[in-house]
Amino acid sequence: MIIHVTDQAGENHALEGLEGWRVMEVIRDWGLNIKAECGGALSCATCHVYVDAEWMDVVGAPSDEEEDRLDSVGDVKANSRLSCQILMSDALDGLKVTLAASAAKD
Amino acid sequence: MSTEITTDVVVIGAGPCGLFAAFELGLLDLKCHFIDILDRPGGQCAELYPEKPIYDIPGFPVVTGQQLTDNLMAQIAPFSPEFHFNRMVNSIEKQADGSFKLATDADEIFNCKVVVIAAGGGSFQPKRPPVENIEAFENKSVFYSVRKMDDFRGQDLVIVGGGDSALDWTLNLQPIVRSLTLVHRRAVFKAAPASVNKMQELVGEGKINFLTGQIAKLDGEDGQINHVHLTTDAGDLSVPATRLLPFFGLTMKLGPVADWGLELNDNTIVVDTEKFQTSVPGIFAIGDINSYPGKLKLILSGFHEAALMAQAAKAIVAPGERVVFQYTTSSTKLQKKLGVA
Repeated sequence: MIIHVTDQAGENHALEGLEGWRVMEVIRDWGLNIKAECGGALSCATCHVYVDAEWMDVVGAPSDEEEDRLDSVGDVKANSRLSCQILMSDALDGLKVTLAASAAKD
Repeated sequence: MSTEITTDVVVIGAGPCGLFAAFELGLLDLKCHFIDILDRPGGQCAELYPEKPIYDIPGFPVVTGQQLTDNLMAQIAPFSPEFHFNRMVNSIEKQADGSFKLATDADEIFNCKVVVIAAGGGSFQPKRPPVENIEAFENKSVFYSVRKMDDFRGQDLVIVGGGDSALDWTLNLQPIVRSLTLVHRRAVFKAAPASVNKMQELVGEGKINFLTGQIAKLDGEDGQINHVHLTTDAGDLSVPATRLLPFFGLTMKLGPVADWGLELNDNTIVVDTEKFQTSVPGIFAIGDINSYPGKLKLILSGFHEAALMAQAAKAIVAPGERVVFQYTTSSTKLQKKLGVA
């Protein structure tokens, strides 16, 4: 399955992901600019992405804990999600997300 | 005048791998001092996920970051390591005799024979909001902490955030500023309920403003802001401001480590896998901060690295001394050091 990721520089990448991987892990594994400093523990917010409008319903809304973590970034939008909380599945084949500025490494 | 401390080993970073290094060094009679930017031991385990369960520590089917930290502190207690918190190592200089001189931002000098960098992802520093040009205003009119309350007296202050830091400083600074606007992206706060209630009372009394929104842009010149532009649910707003305090928590930055002349690879320190020594003999790096072929960023890898590093450190501190490899299970000598025999 493939996800489409637009990086902070506006470049598009089609990344192959595996069932059960977190979207953050796919993005990190392909070497894109994602800090993901807590490694998927939902303890930071440095894997912040914007979910493409057409995928919002499929991906769903963040949990309360994820909303709390989003308080620690300054560029939250209505379609903000932490990519470590989105699990790859057939339903997400073709998913489009954009990396937030706040997810960038230093 | 600087405080000067002389010891065998300085460990930079009191996370799990650094803490365990004190155990391995202690068994070899090496005395260590810790320097950490946080205010307590534990590193990422304490700062990022104290309550999160960890499932891959050998012998612990499940342990939280805080429990692991507490256990390591108990384990190294017999060796009485000394801790220096809330400070950062700015520089490391190798001396003519091969020893090292470390200078901290708390005006201390540490003299030691061995340096162990166990700094994880770097030092925890305030998270900078993604606002263009914010660097130009930092430490002049934009601050990430309050060092002197007087810097805020009579100012038009904007505080951003919804956690305890944002709320506490809203309450503490309100009496001395000229105006105060608290900005948070939503009307839900992750702070002590009493602080939230008090803040809402101040809003009700018209003493502070609260806006739901985010910072979009800063106006000002020569480091001095004059307006903070916000995007809010009610549209874009501009708030006159002479001081800004963003509170978005901490993030890890490599920091001064990058300037110590060590060979780096993608923000990690290159080490060998025999001693976990860096490109500078006498400086070791263990845990998440190092890299070598096959490196896995696991706490258990850092424990292994600590044990091998300690053997090499011993050879530097006590050259020529014969070290007999012993087990804590059977060695009376080691058990005496641990205070159990």
